[in-house]
Amino acid sequence: MQQAKWFVTILLLTMTLQATVWNAPYPEEEIRSNTLFSVFSSPPKHLDPVRSYNANEWTFLSQIYEPPLQYNYLKKPYVLEPLTLTQMPQVIYLDENGSEVGIESPEVKFTLYRFRFRDDLFYQEHPAFVKRRDATLRYGNLNDDELKKIHTLHDFPKQESRRVTASDYAYAIKRMAVRQYHSPLLDTMMQYIVGLREFSKEVTKAAKEHFAKGERLDLREFNIPGVKVVDETTLEIRIYGKYPQFLYWMAMNFFAPIPWEADLFYQQKGLKQKNISLDTQPVGSGPYYLAENSPNRRIRLLKNPNFHLERYPTLSLQEANASGISRSLLQDSGKRLPFIDEAVYSLEKESIPLWNKFLQGYYDASGISSEAFDQAVQIGSGGSMGLSDMMKQKGIRMVSSVEPSIFYMAFNMEDPVVGGYTEKQKKLRQAISIAQDQEEYISIFFNERGVPAQGPIPPGIFGYEEGKKGTNPVVYDWIDGKRVRKSLEAAKKLLADAGYPGGISEKTGKRLKLYYDTTATGPDDRALMDWRRKQFAKLGIELVIRATDYNRFQEKVRKGKVQLFSWGWNADYPDPENFLFLLYGKNAVVDTDGAGINSANYKNLEFDALFAKMQTMPNSPQRLAIIEKMLQIAREDAPWVWGFYPKSLALVHGWFKNVVPNAMANNTLKYKRIDPVQRYEKQQAWNRPVLWPLLMLAVAVLLLVWGVRSAYRRRQSRVIRKGEA
Amino acid sequence: MLAYIIKRIFYAIPILIGVNLITFMLFFMVNTPDDMARAQLGAKQTTPAMIAAWKAEKGYDKPLFYNAETSGIESVTDTLFVNESLKLFLFDFGLSDANRNIAEDIKARMGPSLAIALPTFLIALVTNISLALLLVLFRGSVLDMSAMVVAVMIMSVSGLFYIIAGQVLFSKLWHWVPISGYESDWAGMKFVLLPVAIGVFAGLGSGVRWYRSIFLEQINQDYVRTARAKGLSEIAVLFRHVLPNGMLPILTGVVVIIPSLFMGSLIMESFFGIPGLGSYTIDAINAQDFAIVKAMVFLGSVLYIVGLILTDISYTLFDPRVTL
Repeated sequence: MQQAKWFVTILLLTMTLQATVWNAPYPEEEIRSNTLFSVFSSPPKHLDPVRSYNANEWTFLSQIYEPPLQYNYLKKPYVLEPLTLTQMPQVIYLDENGSEVGIESPEVKFTLYRFRFRDDLFYQEHPAFVKRRDATLRYGNLNDDELKKIHTLHDFPKQESRRVTASDYAYAIKRMAVRQYHSPLLDTMMQYIVGLREFSKEVTKAAKEHFAKGERLDLREFNIPGVKVVDETTLEIRIYGKYPQFLYWMAMNFFAPIPWEADLFYQQKGLKQKNISLDTQPVGSGPYYLAENSPNRRIRLLKNPNFHLERYPTLSLQEANASGISRSLLQDSGKRLPFIDEAVYSLEKESIPLWNKFLQGYYDASGISSEAFDQAVQIGSGGSMGLSDMMKQKGIRMVSSVEPSIFYMAFNMEDPVVGGYTEKQKKLRQAISIAQDQEEYISIFFNERGVPAQGPIPPGIFGYEEGKKGTNPVVYDWIDGKRVRKSLEAAKKLLADAGYPGGISEKTGKRLKLYYDTTATGPDDRALMDWRRKQFAKLGIELVIRATDYNRFQEKVRKGKVQLFSWGWNADYPDPENFLFLLYGKNAVVDTDGAGINSANYKNLEFDALFAKMQTMPNSPQRLAIIEKMLQIAREDAPWVWGFYPKSLALVHGWFKNVVPNAMANNTLKYKRIDPVQRYEKQQAWNRPVLWPLLMLAVAVLLLVWGVRSAYRRRQSRVIRKGEA
Repeated sequence: MLAYIIKRIFYAIPILIGVNLITFMLFFMVNTPDDMARAQLGAKQTTPAMIAAWKAEKGYDKPLFYNAETSGIESVTDTLFVNESLKLFLFDFGLSDANRNIAEDIKARMGPSLAIALPTFLIALVTNISLALLLVLFRGSVLDMSAMVVAVMIMSVSGLFYIIAGQVLFSKLWHWVPISGYESDWAGMKFVLLPVAIGVFAGLGSGVRWYRSIFLEQINQDYVRTARAKGLSEIAVLFRHVLPNGMLPILTGVVVIIPSLFMGSLIMESFFGIPGLGSYTIDAINAQDFAIVKAMVFLGSVLYIVGLILTDISYTLFDPRVTL
C-alpha cells in the first residue's frame, strides 16, 4: 500500500512537471501577446539618425524615425513612395537667376525640391516636449536634485508629444552640418545642398565655442541658404545642378525630423553622464518607439500610439506578378499598420544558442549559419535550394533573395604588373579572371549562397541584365542558353599573349609572382587562402598571401601599396550610379587622400565621360545603352575579378506573416504580423521537459551517497574490530 | 595592520603607472588615432575632415608622451598620456570613444557577471573542498584512484566543450532550462542554473586535485596523529584539524581571485547571453575603443592588487602566527 502511494505521487509529480515548459526564455504572458521575438548580434553603437550608418543600427532606428520617403515594401524593382509627404516631392529646375527651366535645358544650375508634409504626424511621448505655462521646457535645465532621481526616461513624471513640422526636417539637416556630430553624409551633401559647406563651417565654430563653455547649441538661430521652411508643412531644398539620386537619400534616417526640444534636452551634461542622449534614446514619429535600450542585453520597441494613419500596400495582380509577390502576402492589403504591438530583440553573439532557440520556437525568424546549413537546407541536383524535411515538419519557410551587393577581387591599376591599360596588361587580368572559378568558390565557401557576377551592377538594380546580354563575354561563353566559364586553355593563351607563357615572364624568365593582401589571418581562413593559391597555380602563377591586420590593410589600399585584394560594396540606394562610381576615375582612392571609393584606382577616360553623362539621367533606354557601353569597357579592362552577388537566406516560422525580402527598405517591422496563439501552441508542443534523465540522476546520487556511507561505516567498524582483537 | 595597508596602497601607485604606460605603448603601437577614428566613424567614405574632427573631440590630436609644440612642464602635461592617466587615478573613466559613460556601463555589467561568477565560485569552493576531503578520507582506495582519473579527464577537456554539451543536453534535448538569456530578478534564476553548474563542473577536476594534495600534506602531520590518538572519528579529524590547517594555502589561491570575479567570463557570458563584463574589454579592443581598454586594464590591475592585500589580511585571520 505504501509503495503504491509513492508510485502514484511520483507519477502525479511527473505529469505536473511535464505539463509546463521550463526552458522558455520569456514570461508566458509575453509569449501569448502580439510580440515579435528577434535577435541582434552586436550592440548598436549609435542611434542618432544624423550619425548612424550601419545596418544593425537601422534595424531599430528605421522603425522609430520617419524620413520623407520610403521604398514600397512589395514592389520590385525598388520604388520610392511618400512616407511623411502628401505626394512625391515637386522637382523644379532653375537657371543661374533662379528662373524655372526644363529638365533638358543646358541652363540648369540648380534643382529645387519642394516637400509637402502630412499634417497628422506626431512625435512619440517624451519628456523633452513637456513645457511650462511660459512655453519654456519643463525638463530643459535639470538641477542636481532632479538628476539624482533620473536613471532612464521612464523616471520623468510627465511625457508629452507635439506635431512634426517642416522646420524639424530642416533642423535635422542643420545638425548634420555640425562636425562634432560626425555625420558620415556631411561631405557628400556639401557638394549638393546650396550653402551647406559655409553653414557647416559656421555652426562647427559655434559648436566648438558653446561646448567649450559647457553651453548648449540651439540650431534654430542658424539658417542654411539652400534649405527654406516655407510654412509648417512645406520645405524647400535647393541643390547645385542635377542630382536625381538626391531623392534616395531622402529615404534614409539622416533626413528624419529632429525636434529642437529633444536636441536641447539631450545636450544636458547630467543626462549624458547617465548614458541618456539622442545617441541612445531616439525621439521619432514612426510606428514604434524605443522602450528599453540595454545594448548589451535587450532592445525593446513598443507601438507608438501617436503614429499616423498608414495602410499595408495594395498591388494590382500585374504588379504582384512582376514583383514575385504571392497572394498570401496581399491578404493584409489596406489594413492599418503596424500589426505587431511589441518587438523584443535579444543580443545573441553565438550562432549555436540562436539557432537552437529558433528551432524551439523562441525566435520568430533566423538566418542560417554555416554550421546549421546542412540541417536546414537541401541542395537539389540542379543546385536549387530547398528546406530539409525537419524544417518542413516544423512549418518553417525559407525566404531568399539576391542582395544588391557585390564581393570582388580588385587589381590595383596603379601597379606596374597587374595594373595598366596596354593590351598585354589587360590580357593578364582577363586570364586571371577566367581562372578564378567563382562557381566553385560560392559552392565551397558560401554554401551556394551567391550568384557569379558579370559586372559591378547586381540584380534588382537598373542596368543589370539577364541572359546572353548580361553575360561578361571576357570570362564566359554563351552555349545552349547557358553561361559557361571559358576554358583554362583560353586563359593560358591570354596569359601567353600577355607575355607570361605558362606563368613564366618572357622578359625575366622567372615565374610570375603576385601578391594578395588580406585580413584573413585566422586558422579558419587557411582553406580559403589555399583555394586562392590554387586558382593562380592553374595558370602557373605563384600567389603570395600577405596577411595583415585591418588597419594596415586599409592603409595599404589607401596608399595604393597593394597588388590584389578582395573588397565588397552594399548599395546605398538602388541606382546603377551607386555601383558604377566604384570605377569612376575621380573617385580613385590614391588621388583623394584615401577618401575615394574606387579602390582599384581604375581610370578610363571613355568610361568616366559616359559615367558623367549617365549619372544625372533618369532610367530610360538611353541610359541603359550608356550603361551597357560602360560595362563593356569595364569588362574588357577587367579592373576587378567580378566575384559574386551574395544571396540572403532567412528562415521564418509559420506564425510569422508578411515577411518579404527587401534589401532597400529598413522600416519593415510595421508590415509584419504574428499569430501568437499558433506560436504558443507550437512552443508548448516542442519544449516538453524530458524527465527520465532527472530521475536517473537522482537515483545515481542516492546510490553514490549510500555507497560512500556504507564504505565509511565498514571502514570504521573494521578498525574497531582490529582494536578489539 | 592599517599602516601595512596604507604602505601597500602607496606601493600600488608606481605599479599602476607602469601598467598604464605599457597599455598606452602597446595600444598605440598597433592602432593610430587615425585608425581609431575610422573604426569609430564607421562610414563608407571617411574624409580627412571627419577624422580631424573626431580626433579633436576625443583629444587624440594631442601627442602621446611629449608635446614639442609647448614648453616647460606643459610639454609633458599637455599630452594624451598625462591627461588620460590622471583621470584614471581619480577613478574618472570618462566617456568611451563611442560616447557612453564607462563607469555607468561597468556598473550595469558588474551585476550580471557577479550573478554567474559568485555562485560558481562559492559552490565550486564548497564542492571541491568537500570532495577533496572525501577522497582524503578514502585515500589509496579504488574510489580515490578512480576519482583522480576522472578529475584528470575533466581537466583535459576544453571549457567550451562543457558549455556546448551542456546547452545541447540540458536545453536542447531535455528542455530543462533556457539555452541563453538573462533577467536581473528572481525569475532569472533559471538562466543562471546551467552556466553555474557548468562552471562548477568544469573546475571540479583541477580544484579537487589541488585541495586533495593540500589535505594529504596535512593528514600525516603529528597533530593529526595526536587527534586520532585522542579517539576522534576520522570525519572529526578531517573537519576540525585538517581543514583549518589546510586553509592557509587555499586562501592564497582563492582570496586573490575574489575581486576579479567582477570582471566576468568571456566565453561563458557570450554563449549564455549574460550581459556582463566578460566581453567588455575584448569588444573594446576589436572596436579600437581605447577609453574602455585603458579603463578596464586599470580596473583589472587595481582589483588584482586589492586581491593580494585581502590575501595578506586573511592570513592573519586564519593563522595567529602571522601579523602585519
